[in-house]
Parts: sequence; C-alpha cells; structure tokens
Amino acid sequence: MARNLTLFAGVALLFILTGVLQSWNLSLNILNLALLSAIMAIGVNIQWGYAGLFSTGIVGSVALGGLAVGLVAGKQVPEGWAAGGPRILAALLFAVFAVALTVWLYRRLPASRIRGLAVALFLVVAFFIYRGILDPAVMAVEANNPAQAGHIGGLGLNSLWAWPVGALMAAAAAWVIGKIALGLREDYLAIATLGIAEIIVAVMRNEDWLDRGVKNLIDLPRPWPVPKEVDLQVDPGFLSFAQSWGMDPVSSSTIFVKLMYAAMFALVLFALIWLTERALNSPWGRMVRAIRDNEVAAAAMGKDVKWRHLQIFIIGSAVVGLAGAMMTSMEGQITPGNYLPLRFTFLIWVMVIVGGSGNNWGAVLGGLLIGWLYLAVEFLGPQMMSYVLAALPAGELKNHLQDTAAHMRLLTLGVVLLVVLRFAPRGLIPEK
Amino acid sequence: MDFLNALVAFSNFILIPGLAYGSQLALGALGVTLIFGVLRFSNFAHGDTMAFGTAFVILFTWWFQSMGITGGPLPTALLALPFGIAVTIAMVLGTDRVVYRFYRRQRAKPIILVIVSAGVMFVMNGLVRMIIGTSEKNFTDGSRFLLDPKTFRDATGLAEPLAIKTTQAVSVVVAVVCVALLFWFLQKTRTGKSMRAYSDNEDLALLSGINPDRVVMVTWMIAGALACIAGTLYGLDKSFRVFVYFGLLLPIFAAAIVGGLGSPLGAIVGGYVIAFSELIVTSAWRKILGYLAPPDWLGPGLYQALSTDYKVAVSFVILIVVLLFRPQGIFGGK
Amino acid sequence: MAEPFLIGENMTGGYGAVDILHSCTIAVEPGEIAVIVGPNGAGKSTAMKAVFGMLKLRQGSVRLAGEDITALTPQARVRKGMGFVPQTHNIFTTMSVEENLEMGAFIRTDAQIRDTMEQVYDLFPILKQKRHQAAGELSGGQRQQVAVGRALMTQPKVLMLDEPTAGVSPIVMDELFDRIIEIARTGISILMVEQNARQALEIADKGYVLVQGANRFTDTGKALLADPDVRRSFLGG
Repeated sequence: MARNLTLFAGVALLFILTGVLQSWNLSLNILNLALLSAIMAIGVNIQWGYAGLFSTGIVGSVALGGLAVGLVAGKQVPEGWAAGGPRILAALLFAVFAVALTVWLYRRLPASRIRGLAVALFLVVAFFIYRGILDPAVMAVEANNPAQAGHIGGLGLNSLWAWPVGALMAAAAAWVIGKIALGLREDYLAIATLGIAEIIVAVMRNEDWLDRGVKNLIDLPRPWPVPKEVDLQVDPGFLSFAQSWGMDPVSSSTIFVKLMYAAMFALVLFALIWLTERALNSPWGRMVRAIRDNEVAAAAMGKDVKWRHLQIFIIGSAVVGLAGAMMTSMEGQITPGNYLPLRFTFLIWVMVIVGGSGNNWGAVLGGLLIGWLYLAVEFLGPQMMSYVLAALPAGELKNHLQDTAAHMRLLTLGVVLLVVLRFAPRGLIPEK
Repeated sequence: MDFLNALVAFSNFILIPGLAYGSQLALGALGVTLIFGVLRFSNFAHGDTMAFGTAFVILFTWWFQSMGITGGPLPTALLALPFGIAVTIAMVLGTDRVVYRFYRRQRAKPIILVIVSAGVMFVMNGLVRMIIGTSEKNFTDGSRFLLDPKTFRDATGLAEPLAIKTTQAVSVVVAVVCVALLFWFLQKTRTGKSMRAYSDNEDLALLSGINPDRVVMVTWMIAGALACIAGTLYGLDKSFRVFVYFGLLLPIFAAAIVGGLGSPLGAIVGGYVIAFSELIVTSAWRKILGYLAPPDWLGPGLYQALSTDYKVAVSFVILIVVLLFRPQGIFGGK
Repeated sequence: MAEPFLIGENMTGGYGAVDILHSCTIAVEPGEIAVIVGPNGAGKSTAMKAVFGMLKLRQGSVRLAGEDITALTPQARVRKGMGFVPQTHNIFTTMSVEENLEMGAFIRTDAQIRDTMEQVYDLFPILKQKRHQAAGELSGGQRQQVAVGRALMTQPKVLMLDEPTAGVSPIVMDELFDRIIEIARTGISILMVEQNARQALEIADKGYVLVQGANRFTDTGKALLADPDVRRSFLGG
C-alpha cells in the first residue's frame, strides 16, 4: 500500500514540477488529458484485466463518444435538418430494418447454396435502395451553407447529456462487433476491432452531413457548469477573487476553467473506480475472473463464457466512449483527423500494461504517468534534443536529428511496452 | 465495338489494378499466414515491417540513382530490393532474438504475442519515421508504361485506350515468381517440408527431430523478405507513406483469414479476393457502363457503390462474413 | 538374468506434485512384444511416456542397451533408436503419406531412406497406393499405419505405441496387430500400451498389468491370460 502511495505521489510530483518549471496552464492541460486517459484505461482494463479481451479498436469508441457530443450538444441547424434530416434518418432506419430482415431471412430459409446467394442478392438490392434514399438527402443537407454548416446539426442540449449518450453509442458498436468476433480465436477480436475502428473514424472523416467531416465541427458548448474564460474575465465576482490571489484575470480564468474540468473528470474517475472495485469483488467479479483464468473449467461449470465476454466487452467500450465524449466536450470541437489509433488505441494499451493489468488503480496510475510522459515528451523531447545537439554544427544532419525528436515518442512507447511486458508483466501495481 | 471499349475500360479500372494490388496483398498475406502457421500468432507488426523494408529499398534506390545506376526501363528499386530484403531479414531476426524468442520459450499465450507484436509495430513505425520521415516518397523511375495508351489506340482504334503501367506488370511478375519459388521451397525442399510439418503438428515435428529454432528462423526470413517485396511493390505502384502501410494491415489480415490462416494457397487467393472486391465496390462504373448503355439512360450518377474512403469497409465486411460463416477460411486453416 | 535391452526401472514420478508412477518397472528384449495393460487411470500411458522421457522421474532410471538415458530429452532418445507413436495427433494431416514418412526420417542423413520407405510400403501396401494423398484424408486404420510407418522411418531399435488401436474397428485392429508382430520379427522391440487387453496379451511375449501406477502382475502374455486372478479382475472373467 505504501508503495502504491509513493507511486501516486511520484506522479503527482511530475505534474507539480511541470507546473512550477513550465506553467500551471500546461500542467493542468496535461492533467485533464491524463485523467481522461485514465478513464479510458479503466475501460480497457475491464476488457483485458477482467476478461483477457484484446481490442485494437479503442479509438473507435473514443470517436463515437466525440460524435455523441456533436449530435447532442452541437448547435441546431434547422435549415440543414429540414433539407434532409428526416430522410437521412429514414435511410438509416431502412438500413437497420434491412439488416434485421436479412438475419431473419437467413434463419428462416432452409440451409442451401441458394440461401446464401439469395440473401446476398437481397442485401445488394437493399444497399442500392438505401443509397437511393440517402444520397439526395445528404446532398441537400451538405448544400446548406457549406462554409459554416452543411450538416444536420445537433440537439443543442447541454454537453453533459452527451456523456451517457457517447457511452451508449460505443456500447452499441461493441455489441455488434462482439456478437461477431467473440467466441472465436482471440486474435480475431483484435483484427475485427481494428477494422470497425477504422470504419468509424472514416465515417466521421467523410460524412460531412454528420459532423462536417474534416472541416471539423467547432464551437461546441461547454458542459454545465463550466463557464467560458471570456465570461469569467468580465465577472466582477471572479475578478475580485483573482485579485485577492494576486493573479491577472486572463491566466486565472484559464486555470480556473481547467481546474473545474479536472474536478469533474476526477469525480467521474472516482465514481468509476468505486463501481468497478465493487463489481470486481462481487460474485459477478469473481465469476468473471474465474472465466478469465480458466475458460474451459468455467464453461464446464455451466457459465456462459461468450455472454460474459460480450457483457464485459460492451461495458469496457462504454467507459471508453464516455471518456471520448468527455474529451470532446472539453475540447469544444470534433476533429476527426485526430482520432489516430496510435494515440487512442495503443497508447491506452501501454497505460494499462504499465500500470498493471487487472488492477483499476494500476490503470489509473498508468493513465496519469504515461499520459504525462506522452504529452510532456512533446516539449521535453525537442528541448533535450537541442541540448544534446548544441555541439553539432548547423546543417542538414542537425535538422534531420531535430526532426526525429518528434518521432521518438512512438519508439519510446513501443520500447516501454516491450520492456514492461518482458520484465514486469504484472505492471507497476499488480493485480491482488 | 462498344462492348470491346467497355471491356478495355474494365481492364483499365478493375482488372489490371486488381491484379497488381491483389499481388501486393497476396505477398503481404503470405507473410502473415506463414508466421501464423509456425509461430501461431497474428503479427500486427507486419504492415510496419513492410514499411521498414520499403524505406530501406527507397534509401538504396536513391543511393543507386545518385551513382547513376538505374534499372533502365524497369524501376531502379528492383536493383535495390535484394539489399532492402537483407536489411529487413536482419531486422526481423533481431526482433525475434530480442523480443519474441523469450515468449516462445515460455510458451506464452498467442494473445500475449499479439500484444508484443503491437509493441514491435510501435518501434518499427517510430524507426521508419525517424529514418525516412512521414512525407510522401515517390521512388518510381524507369518507363511509365509497359503498354502505352497511345500505342494501343493507334493500333486498335478503340476509343478507350488500354494502359498497363510498368509498376503493375512488375507487381504481377514479381509476385508470380515469389509464389512459385515459395511453393517450390515448401513442397520440394527438406527445410520447406519441415516448416509445413512444424506448422501442422508441432509436437510430432519435435519427435521427428525437426529443429524448431531453425524452422522459426527460416520462417522469419521468408516472412521478412515477402514483407519487403510486398511493401516495395505497393510503394512503386502507389506511393510510400508510413500511415498507409499501417492501413494495409486490415486488408492483409482479411486476405489471410479469408483464405484460412496458416494456408499459403489461401493467402494468395484471399489477396486477390480482397483486392478485386475493393475495386469492384469502390470504383466508379460510369465509364464502363457508358459504353454499354446510351448516356441518357445513366443519368448523372458515378455508379460507385462506396467512395474510396471506405475501402477499408470492404475488407472489413468480407472479414466479418468469413468470421460468421466460415471462420476457418476457404482453404481451412487453423 | 542379463540386463534387458530397454528397461525403465523403479520409475517414480508424475506431471506435478503428485506421483502417478510408484516404483514401476517396464522392460523389453529385442524382437519381443511387451504390452502394458491395466484399468483406466492406472498410469499405462504415463509409464510409457516415462520410458520415452516425456515425464520427469523422481526416482528410478531408464537404460537402453546398458546405457543410462534417464536424463535425455525425447528428441535425443529418438536419435538413440527409440521410435514413439503418440495416441492422438500422430500424423501430419496436411501432408501427403510420403511426406509423412520423409519427415519421420528427418534426422537421418544416410542414402538408404528410400529403402526404408519401401520396407514400410511392403509392410503397409495400402500406403503405397495412397502415397500422394494427404494423410488427414485417410481412414482411421490407415492413419495409424501412417503413424507407425513414420516412426519406423528412423529405423528404431525400439518402437513404442500408445494405444495404437484406439478407435479402430476390430478387423482393423487384428490387421494392425499382425503388422506389429511382423515388425517385431525383424528384431525391433515393441512396447505398447493397450486398452484391448485380451487381444493384446495374445500377441504379447511379455505383459505388464499396472494398477495405480505400480506393477501388479508381470508374466508372459499367455500366462497372464491363463491366470484366474488377472482374468477375473482385468479381462472380465
């Protein structure tokens, strides 16, 4: 226990040092992202630590969470919606209906070679009908004020509402993919999730009607109760408060806002830890771990392994989706180009494994530590590199080496992952 | 006449690119399937191994070009290829020695090896970025066309000119040679047979006195060489960017799984299945159909089922269908 | 009595903390068929695996032609002239019959591999007919023939068979036993574990009845078949 406290204290020191030596603004920025990473790490830890499921599609859940913010909290675009919103909805409903009908047909028809062909043909026809309904609506929506809108807009609700919605959307995607890939070889889940994540991100990048695609959806409202910095700076109460601390209004307002986010994220984080710890020590948790440790024996004892795995996979993805929504609502914009698998899938994995798979506190520690490292290297790396290279004469080689500093991140993360897996596979805070 | 034009257009947009892309995927999938058969895990680092090998082929190509050595009408990269293969093989053997061997001796679960390979992927990706950068690199030289559209038009008088790019022809020829060599090796040589035996039944192979370390070493060498070749062919045909090679991972896995993981023949068939499906679904059929139907029948549409941005969805859907209905693949892998 | 050709003497050990074998002794002479029988869970297969080195012994030793091989790995024992046919997964299913035999001869470097292969084909003519067919496509009995053939390709001095007739029909079983007798006649020692105790003891020169990992009865096959105790307890009267 003392050891764990020391570890957390060490990580806290890193953030304090960053605040003192660089700036508090930067330190809090990193802290907020690290807290979100820690929540994602908890989600992944549920999947890996509790059930041994390896998903490479974490970025997909994060992106869906982000999309939820756009849909729930995004500004309403009545013209855009009127131009084709209902029809797009109809097309999507049709698609769901067609897929459901396909499944029903497939189950009803007698098994034969013709069945496969007929169902495939049905799907192709359904696909073209779907495109027939969708395409004109999409064109109409995207034609509406493309410079500023061109999408169907959101509901304009408070950003807080998007958090559970993001979790639900990620859970729905996890249900679909889990239904298909669970129960097969473990590698297949990894490969299938890689694919679904790429598709989710591709949809967000290309479907302008949905979230303006690479044009980015900006100016999403803040979640309640976080105020805007500019409003704080004219609030007399806040100004006198800042003055009493001897700080100027601009930096104090940015720090105040970041602190509010930090408090909200920490609240969610602790709630999740409390819930997961309770779950882990409940009969459900014991059963889940029994399944992980010996699937065959658990199955022989009548446990429905596949259903449990599906459950865990969905819960884990929902937690990641929640964090994704929280992140987007803090950043205030959706930038589909930023959903990179290296950043949101493999980085989270490094956090879980370094922290200690199977242990929630470990996942949190890993999230904070690796989150700090990942973002700190952004300013430390080039600084260190220029320090190291100071003796070198200016020239092409120096420039090249200077550039490589930016890529050191990936290399370092990979090496950290491999070293931890090899020499401390149980992580910094091992499972009890 | 119009039918012929449609046929030529079909060749230009689907058949020839499909053969070239399919060859590249098949070579990539062969590497994945061999590693799976012998080492029994899905190697997530394979895409980045391809990028790593290609990066060195590019460096050697530039070096050759700077010395005035070129391949004449053929891409200089073909001359650089053996050197790139050598570096890639050294890299994968080094990785095996430093990383994978430990887990193999421990008889770790395959999923651990998958995670480890993701770590290796990170490292390789970082290395490639540091060595050659993230910008797009074009290293294709030599003559652009094997069959020039102008020559074809002059010769046949068809409205639609048939064009075969040198890189497309090179892809297919190199792939055929590689596959022939590989199958000869697997079917006829003692080492190749011992590889198949080890992949088929590890315990019995050990009982028969087959040396596992040697089998593993040969497998990595072949997989490394195939990865380097596949990556170079893809880079020649399209262009080289690190991210793109990570994106190739899914089509390659899909190809290997469609054919049946562990089955070399399956990997080849799978490669072409994926490549052609991708092209059929994401190509605009308007031009081809335009020769077959009066233009006013067609309307303004492109006749494209999915935009090329979603080509990953094609591999994915095929993958899902196979996982749902025939998880062991067409040729019944493991 | 002189030292037997192959002997596992006073073998004690198991896979984990619990011993399965308790001072068990198994021996076989050249050209002889020794059969291990006993009830389920008696440690028959374990005894054979112990002789082959697939099990760590706490006590006792294994000697081949007077040489102590207790510390050798199974692979090293193959090189010393021991052939082993596992009960399951004993062929390369995706490879042709001929390739299976070739893989059996993997450790040999001499030029007479083809001759050995012809001998195997003489012993199992059906395999010659199906030499280019994938071994996995053959019938159960034929697969066992491939498995035995593969083990013979090393030209072993001892051939060890773990329940070679498991899951094959009685006719195929008789046929397989005939072939095993033929193999023994060439001077190869046969050590086998059998579920079909009566039929196996009929062809056995020596029989070991194991109970709970220890020798209960040891005698010639005929004597055991005639022994009323053995008949009552293990052969169903």
